[in-house]
Amino acid sequence: MEQIKKVPITFYIRRFDPAADEEPRIQQYVLQVEKGMTVLDCIHMIKEEQDPSLAFRFSCRMGVCGSCAMLINGRPTLACNTQTLDLTDSVLTVAALPNFNIIRDLVPDLVPMFGVHQRVKPYIIRKDAREMEKPSAEYFQSPHQLEEFLQFTYCIKCGVCMAACPTMATDRQYPGPMALTQVYRYNTDSRDDGGGERKDLVAKSHGVFGCHYAGECSNACPKGVDPARAIQLLKRDLVRDYLHLGKDHACARIHPLPPNAERKPKIEAPPFTAGA
Amino acid sequence: MRETSGWIWFIIAGIVIFILGGLHMMTVHMNAILGIFNPAAGDAVDWENVSWRSRNLFFTVTYIFLLAAVLYHGFFGLRTILFELGPSRGAQRFITKFLWCAGIVLFVIGTYAAIAARSIGKVL
Repeated sequence: MEQIKKVPITFYIRRFDPAADEEPRIQQYVLQVEKGMTVLDCIHMIKEEQDPSLAFRFSCRMGVCGSCAMLINGRPTLACNTQTLDLTDSVLTVAALPNFNIIRDLVPDLVPMFGVHQRVKPYIIRKDAREMEKPSAEYFQSPHQLEEFLQFTYCIKCGVCMAACPTMATDRQYPGPMALTQVYRYNTDSRDDGGGERKDLVAKSHGVFGCHYAGECSNACPKGVDPARAIQLLKRDLVRDYLHLGKDHACARIHPLPPNAERKPKIEAPPFTAGA
Repeated sequence: MRETSGWIWFIIAGIVIFILGGLHMMTVHMNAILGIFNPAAGDAVDWENVSWRSRNLFFTVTYIFLLAAVLYHGFFGLRTILFELGPSRGAQRFITKFLWCAGIVLFVIGTYAAIAARSIGKVL
């Protein structure tokens, strides 16, 4: 049986414990890495075999949840999606995502990012409040209308684009590529009526015009989303609105029921969730 | 909305710089190939050519437009950079007003220079 080749890799991991450290420090670990091991696997092994105090965040291990985003060899990416031996055969540096406060070791504080995300209203807003509260049917949306924003729905809110953004590095009030992409995603959704509200939130100082179009967000995104494009398209929409060149999209109508068809009865929400 | 209008003018100023700055570069640095706007043969910065351009209304107007575009584009860019340093709201207002004042003063001086050069060119 063929022996599995193992390569000794030196990991330089940036550690930080706010209770004990004043500044982040670098700790060195040497690990025998074999083909197929992701950076997340290696960090798990270090924690199990060498240093149980190492803190990091993970969940799905398959590039879906976005929990394990970290700075690997100077580039923000998902640890579970990165093969160690594809990056190096000797040395690997790992640190928490930049542009975020560090909770501990490799765990960034993502709360501000989710706060901004919440403020830009990342959900369908309709003027017909009754239909919004108690939808009676599906909204009509053509495949072409879906295509306009589909790629931006793949965002997993991992924070990689925020860490890669040079504007975020200097301007902490800047909403960041993730939130701005979601503004564009919902503004472009033909079912949505809330574009005006969201545009007011980003068309101001420290808003969308803070983007210098470095494009690093799009380079770094592990899901292939193109936030830089969304931001430029959002700028275009704002300019069109200002110059009264664009036409407001009519909000999607409710899909009529085919003849002789009946709708399924609506599933009622459990009582404890009502009004939550 | 104000930020949107500021950014639109920033882009328009960039386009104006591209066109008028390009015209300036063609006139001064590509004289050997194009030979336009330099009626007296020789170098583009020879006195006869400079004098001719100075008293030409087209150049006076374009230089004033170019000056306005450069000042607006430059100062808006500077404002953006300064805002990224995270100043307070009061400081942001001060920066905006200061840059507007500095821009207007420089524009007045530059416009005066362009008009004065036109007068001098006519006399000479």
